[in-house]
Amino acid sequence: MKKLESTFLNMVLSLVIISVVAAGALAGVYLLTKANIEAQKKAKQEAAKMAVIAGHEDGTAVEAVVDGFGGQFRIMVGFDAEGNILGYEVLEHQETPGLGSHMTHWFKNADKPNQNIIGRKAGSLTVSKDGGDVDAITAATISSRAFLKAINQAYADFHGVEAHTGASQLNKEEAEEDVIIIEAYGEADRTNAMSKETEVNHE
Amino acid sequence: MKNFIVAPAPHAHSGDSVRRNMLLVILALLPAYVVSVMEFGWGALITAAIAVVACVLTEWLISRFLLKEQKQTIGDLSAVLTGLLLAFNLPSSLDWWIVLIGAVVAIGVGKMTFGGLGQNPFNPALVGRVFLLISFPAQMTTWPVAKGFATAYVDAETGATPLYYLKHIVKTGDGSVIDQLVPLKNALLGAMGGSLGEVCALALIIGGLFLICTKVITWHIPVSIIATVALFAACTGWVGALPEGMSTCSYVAYELLTGGLMLGAFFMATDYVTSPMSACGKILFGIGIGFIMMVIRTWGAYPEGMSFAILIMNACVPLLNKIRPMRFGEKKNKVNRALAAEKK
Amino acid sequence: MSNGLKTLMNGILKENPTFVLVLGMCPTLATTTSAINGMSMGLATMFVLICSNVVISLLKNLIPDKVRIPAFIVVIATFVTLVQLLMQAYLPAIYDVLGLFIPLIVVNCIVLGRAEAFAAKNSVGLSALDGIGMGLGFTLALTLLGAVRELLGTGSCFGLPVFPENYGALVFVLAPGAFIALAYLMVIINKLQKK
Repeated sequence: MKKLESTFLNMVLSLVIISVVAAGALAGVYLLTKANIEAQKKAKQEAAKMAVIAGHEDGTAVEAVVDGFGGQFRIMVGFDAEGNILGYEVLEHQETPGLGSHMTHWFKNADKPNQNIIGRKAGSLTVSKDGGDVDAITAATISSRAFLKAINQAYADFHGVEAHTGASQLNKEEAEEDVIIIEAYGEADRTNAMSKETEVNHE
Repeated sequence: MKNFIVAPAPHAHSGDSVRRNMLLVILALLPAYVVSVMEFGWGALITAAIAVVACVLTEWLISRFLLKEQKQTIGDLSAVLTGLLLAFNLPSSLDWWIVLIGAVVAIGVGKMTFGGLGQNPFNPALVGRVFLLISFPAQMTTWPVAKGFATAYVDAETGATPLYYLKHIVKTGDGSVIDQLVPLKNALLGAMGGSLGEVCALALIIGGLFLICTKVITWHIPVSIIATVALFAACTGWVGALPEGMSTCSYVAYELLTGGLMLGAFFMATDYVTSPMSACGKILFGIGIGFIMMVIRTWGAYPEGMSFAILIMNACVPLLNKIRPMRFGEKKNKVNRALAAEKK
Repeated sequence: MSNGLKTLMNGILKENPTFVLVLGMCPTLATTTSAINGMSMGLATMFVLICSNVVISLLKNLIPDKVRIPAFIVVIATFVTLVQLLMQAYLPAIYDVLGLFIPLIVVNCIVLGRAEAFAAKNSVGLSALDGIGMGLGFTLALTLLGAVRELLGTGSCFGLPVFPENYGALVFVLAPGAFIALAYLMVIINKLQKK
């Protein structure tokens, strides 16, 4: 077959045909993968929540923002009903790579009880340098202080909420400016939440 | 300049050589080194010895076996100086294998890759240090508390540097750590935590003045760096970024006397190969270093920014070398200059 | 068939897109933080490269010269979006790491370069072989770079620990290490090829 000449009609036709076929192919694959992509996104959100409350049905996930060494950072902490820490995730930070950035896993290392805060009662955690009993990250004392401050702050808010609202469902607007309760399962929701998490646990 | 006469050969040799200049710089570093040996004891001796030996050995091995050069260059002492400067930029308690990696990177990546002395765009010692700083941040920012020969080489008691607190103060306005800063007198005399060679500002200034007096370096780069840093720090004070308990004056003094500023300004930034040639270029170079360093110290993720600042400005040197002294007989005329530029 | 074999090997060695042609540096430097990431990026690019080479070779006589570049780009962009959607749906973990760079395959010089320089002038079979060869060359280069960076940076290779992580030089996982590792790999490979 001879190559098409670059006439106006040929150019328009070939581009239109290529575009239409491409659009058709994309639409088809989009419809095919849509359900799966949404399921993946949901699973990711759930996983983040689950990670900090470690599958406990009465867990509460609290977000806190504090000034670290390199700027503000956000963490999400999970508490059980007694205020013990179930888990945490660092959502956003600008700490020094290799130093302060270690906080993403440093404080939940189950092999090092002196630096692990999982299972401890929050509220007055301090680094050992300040007379506390949590080992700070090597060469990143200020990041560690800020991290524990964030945990304590999250706890203070969680505690305040428990006291004031009697563990009822919280409105995001009601929360303090720098601390947001992501999910507080009230009595009414508990059954619902429980059934969901039991499933996860059995899996 | 009217009676300037260029005589035919023979010309007298001034006696200037790479070896002589390197030797003078090493001499100028000695006062600071003596202080650091007094402060950090064995650590300072071991770290410097490893760095110097590893640098010289790396240069010899690469030049002899990889490049197969006929003439070896280790006799010009530049590798010794690189090793010494590298050691000056490391904590004295650093593990020996990290010092070794730093020396190999400094000479191998920073210098020989580009063709050896005179070809390297970046200061080799700083290439080594920054490589280590990014690679081993925890070890590179764990500073031993100075206790003379009682300081253990490794696993010593560690403490934060003044810059660490300084940054926290400026960045968050939290004044509660001001009392943890060392007194200014200690910063000047060397009784503080920090890299091996940067702790005693006074000894470094003496060494720097010695270099200026012996005409190994000119005043332009150190003075413009120090002036820029002082101005930047003063501005920080004037806009009210400092918490109560910290005056503008003492903040400026802390910024000038702590960290690698003096070491960098007198000994690292003035490296012949990696600094501009003209006076004007040198001053712009210094201002750039001072400014970038303060930006990193104030807002960056690392407490100290001197080595990054020098490396960044090293990259600008070819550009700054476009500023040339006026040719003899050339008129101060923009048209002429534009014509000259076109002819090139 | 020797012609086909030559076309195939061309992309892997003589005209390796990364080490010889130095094309597509953005994904090369950004995604090779580990061997697996490098390999995934390479394979995704290879998929796009083969598909676009075949389709463009098929259409080469239907596309008038003056509009060939927009036509090529539409074809390439379609395949890239397909890869993106499929990866998002079925390989979410890899998508999280590479997500940002998948759309950039569209502007990867290798893909458009091969479409213009090879597929538009050669038969479908040869174009497919060229796509496979170039794609393999790119994948091998990215995997090698990723493996070197992962090994030196974290002490493991393909996620398997080789030496303790404490001895890893973190810089190789970060951006400056990408440039250093790539430069030295390029030196070594060019030196070996000259022999």
